[in-house]
Amino acid sequence: MSPGHYVALAVILFVIGAVGVLIRRNAMVIFMCIELMLNAVNLAFVAFARQHGQVDGQVVAFFVMVVAAAEVVVGLAILMAIFRARRSASVDDASLLKY
Amino acid sequence: MTGTLTAVAARAAAVPTEIPLPAAGVQRAAWLLLVFPLAGAAVLLLGGRRTNRWGHVVGVAMPLAAFVYGVIAFVAMLGYPADERSREITLFTWIHVARFDVPVGLRLDQLSICFVLLITGVGSLIHIFAVGYMSHDPERRRFFGYMNLFVASMLLLVLADNYLVLYVGWEGVGLTSYLLIGFWQYKPEAATAAKKAFVANRVGDLGMSLAIMLMFAAFGSVTFTGVFGQVGKAGQGVTTALGLLLLLGACGKSAQLPLQSWLLDAMEGPTPVSALIHAATMVTAGVYLIVRSGPIFNLSPNARLLVTIVGAATLLFGAIISCAKDDIKKALAGSTMSQIGYMMLAAGLGARGYAFAIALLLAHGFFKAGLFLGAGSIKHEMNDEVDMRRFGGLRKVMPVTFVTFGICYLAIIGIPPFSGFFAKDTIIDAAFETGGTSGWVLGLASLIGAGITAFYMTRVMFMTFAGERRWEEDAHPHEVPPVMTSPMILLAIGAIGFGAFEILNDRLVDFLGPVTGEEPPEPGLFTIAGTVALVLAIGAIILAWAMYGRRPVPVTAPAGRPHTVAARKELYGNTVNESLLMRPGQWLTRLSVYFDNRGVDGLVNTIAATVGGTSGRVRRVQTGFVRSYALSMFLGAVLLVGALLLVRI
Repeated sequence: MSPGHYVALAVILFVIGAVGVLIRRNAMVIFMCIELMLNAVNLAFVAFARQHGQVDGQVVAFFVMVVAAAEVVVGLAILMAIFRARRSASVDDASLLKY
Repeated sequence: MTGTLTAVAARAAAVPTEIPLPAAGVQRAAWLLLVFPLAGAAVLLLGGRRTNRWGHVVGVAMPLAAFVYGVIAFVAMLGYPADERSREITLFTWIHVARFDVPVGLRLDQLSICFVLLITGVGSLIHIFAVGYMSHDPERRRFFGYMNLFVASMLLLVLADNYLVLYVGWEGVGLTSYLLIGFWQYKPEAATAAKKAFVANRVGDLGMSLAIMLMFAAFGSVTFTGVFGQVGKAGQGVTTALGLLLLLGACGKSAQLPLQSWLLDAMEGPTPVSALIHAATMVTAGVYLIVRSGPIFNLSPNARLLVTIVGAATLLFGAIISCAKDDIKKALAGSTMSQIGYMMLAAGLGARGYAFAIALLLAHGFFKAGLFLGAGSIKHEMNDEVDMRRFGGLRKVMPVTFVTFGICYLAIIGIPPFSGFFAKDTIIDAAFETGGTSGWVLGLASLIGAGITAFYMTRVMFMTFAGERRWEEDAHPHEVPPVMTSPMILLAIGAIGFGAFEILNDRLVDFLGPVTGEEPPEPGLFTIAGTVALVLAIGAIILAWAMYGRRPVPVTAPAGRPHTVAARKELYGNTVNESLLMRPGQWLTRLSVYFDNRGVDGLVNTIAATVGGTSGRVRRVQTGFVRSYALSMFLGAVLLVGALLLVRI
């Protein structure tokens, strides 16, 4: 398994995540897609770290996980608040902040 | 013989440019002249309604006190030898910057004391009259406040020892004239007339202020001594320019052509105002200015020629207007314009004429104030009616007014031995003695003016006092109370004897000699020109009797022939002003407004509208949908990555 395969997998996962963020309406799914993108990046980091024989990429992957965890905490709280107010998790319903 | 020689020698030495001596004795308190009326004005105007009850007493007492002091100062002056009568007191330094030094000082000399006595004397009489005339006006206290302020300003004008302080008085009388013309400001005509007088005066003031600036530029001084001492060294151009600018100032204040239009409208003010400001004192300030600036005018024959032309034109202009006016006050106002024209003509003759101008000015102060007070008491009794076609037959019901008005009438048309005869005939003589074409033109103009004066004044007399009663039904005229008749009687006494007193024996001429310079020629009592003027006047009286005395006067004015209509319309003076100044001015403002609205505002508004419209369209991008924002973020990221790759490759 060459690093190329890992990078290709990371790209596929990232694109799936990105498309999911753009086309899905359910906030929960969008969250999961964002996590997917973050993990795709993590995978790329770890693959390159392995290739270069350095630990920098692996350390950064940990940082990304911490950031992702923090983001999930805040994001889910917002999601809960919106759901309680509107009985819906669709992001298109929460479109008041506009022109 | 020796005495005469000494007197001549003393007069020759006493050139007008001589430096006055410092005042001594009682004259050192000359500032009292200003303080009395100023204190009156301050008490009445600052005291407010509290002073309503006794305000008029203060208002009358203050000019009277100034008059008493004026007489004392006059007696003190007579105690000095002729060439030591010009005295100055310096009060304080007003402006002192580098070379520019303006002390505030008063000059008491033969010329200013004449004016002080006229202003305070006739002024006090008119104040007394006003107590009765304004008795029903709730604002009488304010009226007296303004009148006192006027007296103070006018005294400052004639007492100032430099042009800048004179200018303060000049503006002061302009302001009080404005306030008093518009005293009944709830009447739109009065408010408009006040504004008109103020604007016309501003035009004249412009000439005055430019003259002062030119004096400072040319001589570095604005004091009389400083200017007159150096004017001999200045070129012809400077003296002529100064003369013309001062003439412009004089024209504005004295309602001479071409700034004459405000005076007739100024009659909207209360009648005592017309008598004091627009007949006896303020409108003569222009004549004072020219006589006072004699040393400048003596050096500029061109400026003097223009002064005589303005005087001659105005004396005919005013007289012709008076012939057709049915409003008694406006007829008298036209007459004032005409009489001041005589004074200007005399002043323009130079050193020969200054004393005669002042002689007519003083005599005119008496008889014209008397005429106006007479008109005022008639108006008072006729329910504010001023149309002479509604008068008639007042001889019986108002005998005192009739007699005093009649005496002043005889004085103004120049019937001997009343004052106008002496004062006016000397001017007609002096005009003829100028010699050459200008002498004939000026002389004939003043002769014809004398004839027209007799015509319009006789017309006023017949329409007001003679004939059948054409009164409004609710008019019940009676003789006015003594508080109003006594000033009229005193003024009429002045009109009887004052002219003869000043002219005979050269009293006034000799008295003013040291100020006016060169001695005027001895006027004869009955000269050819004077006799012709008298004959003309008698002819005009007969003509006026034939037109207004013999035939009944119609209550509504007949349509009239073109010249009557022209005179009624003030010889189209207002039309000329309107078409030459007002309409082009309005077009200019309209053009500016158009340019401002369409040009300046248009540009600014277009820019604003463009920005606003664009942003209105652009803000539609903010849809509120998270995915559209996410898409733009992705696209941006793709673009960035693409650009980076492109640069790398």
